Amino acid sequence: MKHMLQQVFHSPKFVVGFIIFMSILLLSVIYPIFVTGDPLVIIGKGTFFEPGIYVNVVDGIDSQLYSLSLPDVAEKRIALKLGATERADMKEWLVAFGIPEADIDTEDTEALLNIWNQNYDSKLRLPGMTNARKNYFARLDASIDNLLSTEGIIIASKDPSTGALTEEETIGQSQYINVNRTSNVKVLPLGTDNFGRDMVPELISAIGTSLKIGFIAGSIATLLGLVLGLVAGYVGGWVDDIILFVTNLFIVIPSFVLLILISYSIGQEQRGAVTVAVVIGFTSWVWTCRAVRSQVISLRNRDHVNLSKLSGHSTAHIIISDILPYVASYVVMAFILQISSGILSEAGLSILGLGPKTSDVATLGLMMNWAMIYSAHIMGKWWAYFPVIIAIALITFSMNLMNTGLDLVFNPTLRD
Amino acid sequence: MNDANKSCLKGVGLTKIFGLGKQRCLAVDHVDFDFKEGEIISIVGESGSGKTTLAKMLLGLISITEGDIYFEGVKRDISSQRKKKEYWKNIQAIFQDPYSSYNIFRKIDTVLLDCLVMRGQKDLPAEEKNRLITEACSFVNLKYEELTNKYPFELSGGQMQRLMIARVFLLKPRVLLADEPTSMIDACSRATILDMLMDLRRETGMTIVFITHDIGLAYYVSDSVYIMEHGKLIESGSADEVILNPKQAYTQRLINDVPKIHEEWDLSTVDAR
Amino acid sequence: MGKVMLEVKELTTKYITRFKEDVYAVDHVSLKVEEGKSLGIAGESGCGKSTLALSLMGYYFPPLYYTSGDIIIDGRNISGMEPDDIRKTILGREIAYIPQAAMNALNPTGKVINFIEDVVRAHDSKITKAEVYEMASERFNLLGLPPSTLERYPVELSGGMKQRTVIAISVILGPKVLIADEPSSALDVTSQKMVIRMLMDLMEKQVIKSMIFITHELPLLYNVTDDIMVMYAGQMVERGTAQQTVFDPLHPYSKGLMGSIIVPESGSRGVRLTAIPGTPPNLKKPPFGCRFAERCRYVTPECIVRQVEPVETSNNRMYRCIFSEEYLRKAYANE
Repeated sequence: MKHMLQQVFHSPKFVVGFIIFMSILLLSVIYPIFVTGDPLVIIGKGTFFEPGIYVNVVDGIDSQLYSLSLPDVAEKRIALKLGATERADMKEWLVAFGIPEADIDTEDTEALLNIWNQNYDSKLRLPGMTNARKNYFARLDASIDNLLSTEGIIIASKDPSTGALTEEETIGQSQYINVNRTSNVKVLPLGTDNFGRDMVPELISAIGTSLKIGFIAGSIATLLGLVLGLVAGYVGGWVDDIILFVTNLFIVIPSFVLLILISYSIGQEQRGAVTVAVVIGFTSWVWTCRAVRSQVISLRNRDHVNLSKLSGHSTAHIIISDILPYVASYVVMAFILQISSGILSEAGLSILGLGPKTSDVATLGLMMNWAMIYSAHIMGKWWAYFPVIIAIALITFSMNLMNTGLDLVFNPTLRD
Repeated sequence: MNDANKSCLKGVGLTKIFGLGKQRCLAVDHVDFDFKEGEIISIVGESGSGKTTLAKMLLGLISITEGDIYFEGVKRDISSQRKKKEYWKNIQAIFQDPYSSYNIFRKIDTVLLDCLVMRGQKDLPAEEKNRLITEACSFVNLKYEELTNKYPFELSGGQMQRLMIARVFLLKPRVLLADEPTSMIDACSRATILDMLMDLRRETGMTIVFITHDIGLAYYVSDSVYIMEHGKLIESGSADEVILNPKQAYTQRLINDVPKIHEEWDLSTVDAR
Repeated sequence: MGKVMLEVKELTTKYITRFKEDVYAVDHVSLKVEEGKSLGIAGESGCGKSTLALSLMGYYFPPLYYTSGDIIIDGRNISGMEPDDIRKTILGREIAYIPQAAMNALNPTGKVINFIEDVVRAHDSKITKAEVYEMASERFNLLGLPPSTLERYPVELSGGMKQRTVIAISVILGPKVLIADEPSSALDVTSQKMVIRMLMDLMEKQVIKSMIFITHELPLLYNVTDDIMVMYAGQMVERGTAQQTVFDPLHPYSKGLMGSIIVPESGSRGVRLTAIPGTPPNLKKPPFGCRFAERCRYVTPECIVRQVEPVETSNNRMYRCIFSEEYLRKAYANE
């Protein structure tokens, strides 16, 4: 046994898979210990905030101001607001408005803004332009307002009785605040999702839930498949016939269709993560059962089993001590694959909207579902679905790698 | 040896059919025999002759399609697990492949300890158990101390097969079925195994049934020989009778085709086509 | 004395295990086979006889590695050649090898003739299908195999038939030396006899010039080969004619081996078989002295400390023991 474990950990494939898997698992276990609080709390009022560092504006104005004289401040500001796309869009509007194309130089910022400010009218709806496009230009116009101004921004206070504004302070173009000395800064490394939830804790809690679902589904499927396979294979006769009949039934009906039907009939309210896991487990035991059964059939006529019979051992004893150890390595491998296919099944179900109850827990599949419903993939909000895909891929990849590594150890014929 | 003519194991019209319908395969076809107590019997046949199937039926490991087996004159009854266990106290086996006869996940001394359990000596004091096992091991020239805490793959084929004999020595059944016990091990160890089996017979008066394809081996060890072809027993009699003076053409061919060293081995008797 | 077809000088080859240990399975073995003669190699499993057979081809693949020595086939030394050259020019033409499970070499999805085409084409790419067919059917006829076999699929043939077919294919290019490693052990006695008859035919009809026959079945070896070489723990321990080795073995190991022969002949009942106690030494760390010492009943302290070189006797025999012929014979007679 010890020897076998040693061999397993000498297999590079297994070790790589194991390390990846363990780091994912540990992340999902340890992160919630340090970052407490509900991972699904909605913090953003709006959908899909970009990844970045968010600084509270009031705190920003309120903090100590530092003047730094840096040469490229204005350039950077223009570059952020007036990128190549914006310039091209402006040109498009102007051309549609009726300005000759030759008069528009998108490179010359000052000239472009001049023409724009002279001609743009937010109320004007150009022929062939959608409403969304019209709004877009209005937003663009607002954002480039005062872009070239060298004046500072005036902060005024309002007299509660008269409503008159009194200038309190002017923030110059070259004034800075220190983020570290600002009381409210929020780092959102992966931005927020469609509900405005921080993606990082959400993703980690989703990985945890998905692993749990995979583990429960895998355990149920493996246990069920193993027990039925052992009994069918060893006992044989009518017991085998019945088990085989049920197994064939499950094989003939595509298990995913079955899964969808069961999930649907349970109803949205009853579908917790565990329920979904159990449903997946009960629909995916068939292959384990068949494989174990066929192995047992070839084992039951082996001489060591005959010898065990001749030594007066009971059927249960023979199954447990003379058959089970021989199929154990296979079952371990099947278990690993069942976990990974359980995670994938959950993802598949959830994408279809048949996963665990929404807004209760996050799972990898649900996150994909949400991202899809809110068209994150069309709008280019990659942070809403790409990390999820990476997580699913890493988990299944690491498990398959572990499985291949084990296969090489347990199946000497595959060794090179 | 006991009364030489007392019947030990008797089969009447034993038949085994595998499969159903078109795949029906008649493995053993109405075989009758009467093994006398204390004899060494050989059942000789080529592969596919049904000799191993016959052995498994005798052992009660597979069901009998037709026919009866009588053990010491009484019809065998193995209808329940308890009765089977009782029967297996009287009949034991050694299998062909020592490497697959052991559960590779269990230490080998458990095989011998199981025998004591079977003998109903589970609650014996440890020293007494030790003594019995050591005695059995020394019978087959093995040291029990060297076997404890070992796994089957740490032994050679010959050692494993000797341990099987030690097991039989502990159980002291009335009948031992040895299914090609020496075909997987070297010629030099073969002599040791055969000697031990013959000693076992001398000491316990056990009936030993050899199942073998090696007609030379059958002649060397046995008192009587049964020849099997396509599931039928076609010739039987004392070893000298059958081997030196075979009546059936099949037996003659079998003996003819084995290479010999003192007599000429006539290659021209085979038709190459 | 006929022309020497195969001469092997001090051949040593080793296995390298997964744990990077060296196992010297063939250790300084020398042998000579003359034209029209056959040499038998006897020994227990694990004594290196099958490794010797593989090594003789000169074609090594992991975990087997060549260490030293020469293999000379009909005057041509092949031991220094590139593996690819050996495969193309030596195997099949100069030397052919039949393993025990040769019959499983036939591709189950192809007809026998397709397999032969592949074999012949590998050595001569220009030959046409019709020529191959003619050549094969002629050869099959000569060896007493029905040419209709060529059009069969392997599953339609019996084990013995498959084995004979593979043998016929492996000698289709008329090799000078045929190495047969237990070619008949997996077969029943009648098929075995047919295979042996075919091998004898091959020699008689000069399809092959010489043969090395490896088996653990001594009565078979005695009937098939002219000379017998006994191997133990990677070394040659005795060599002589079949008659001499079987009926008058010199080395204590050969003596033990010959004493364990069982044949269905009158007078063989009740003869006590000799048993050799113990197991062969571990070849990862072979003993320094005589490798048989720890199992030998005539062992002396000298056997353990001295390396034993082969002794050549007057009548062209060889054995590897520190005792003289007379001493050994006397010791055996006194048993």
